[in-house]
Amino acid sequence: MTALPYVDGNMLDGPLGEVFAVDLSTATGRCAHCGTASPVAGLRVYSHAPGLVARCPTCVEVMLRLVRAPDRAWLDLRGATFLRFPMPPERTLIR
Amino acid sequence: MGIVTPGFEGRPRAGAPNLPPGQYLTPDFPVLSAGPTPKVPRETWEFVISTETGMEYRWSWDEMMALPQEAPTVDIHCVTRWSKLGTTWQGVSLDTLLDGIDTVADYALAHSYGGYSSNLPLGDLRDGRAWLVHTYDGGDLPAEHGGPARLLVPHLYFWKSAKWVRGIRLMSEDSPGFWETAGYHDYGDPWREQRYQGD
Repeated sequence: MTALPYVDGNMLDGPLGEVFAVDLSTATGRCAHCGTASPVAGLRVYSHAPGLVARCPTCVEVMLRLVRAPDRAWLDLRGATFLRFPMPPERTLIR
Repeated sequence: MGIVTPGFEGRPRAGAPNLPPGQYLTPDFPVLSAGPTPKVPRETWEFVISTETGMEYRWSWDEMMALPQEAPTVDIHCVTRWSKLGTTWQGVSLDTLLDGIDTVADYALAHSYGGYSSNLPLGDLRDGRAWLVHTYDGGDLPAEHGGPARLLVPHLYFWKSAKWVRGIRLMSEDSPGFWETAGYHDYGDPWREQRYQGD
């Protein structure tokens, strides 16, 4: 494989921000192929394509794809076994 | 009301000749890729057509080059909205490769070195409409454009013309490929602007 230009996962913030209500810039994703957990910001994103293709920085397999049509979007996460997000502490309900 | 974006390479020009709707003309040949460019030496390159009954037909590079060669000049249309007219290629017609292969399959899935794939009806690979090409504009097909060999199916959007193609699987049922599983159209006729599923 030779290197082709890609950018880091920070560029996903805007496009995924249209889909998710949480901030993905500090999320972690686990690759379904090799099992490595990587910061979303560290994924390799190929954007000169009909959609965005985010690949695992360890094994280069596809973890996430986002296709944006003018009036709808497709998000394919079959290449990621989880996305983990930092969340504010869960509040305990006091009755 | 949503904002319609013209794609990342430019804006559509209304009324341009020979252009499908929503396309603009470019003199360049933009490189689009969903991943790293695979390095495929001709010495180990092979092309395989597999049928719905499990039969496999294989060609080495030399065997493929020994087949009758054609030199199509065609217009190509990318779903990201650029079109390029009068591109010149050399390669082997899929009619030649499919000749003598016993199949009643209706669908094909082109699959590539590097993991890419794209589906299309088998009929669209026949009748002088599809080629396995190794030469572009008089020279070896550059790796960034799919070399050593790619599929060329110019009457459909160019993502159907799989780069670094390794083989074609003939199937009784349609099976969506890389972009088709992520929202793109199963057929992709640029003249009917079949960009996304449901178009």
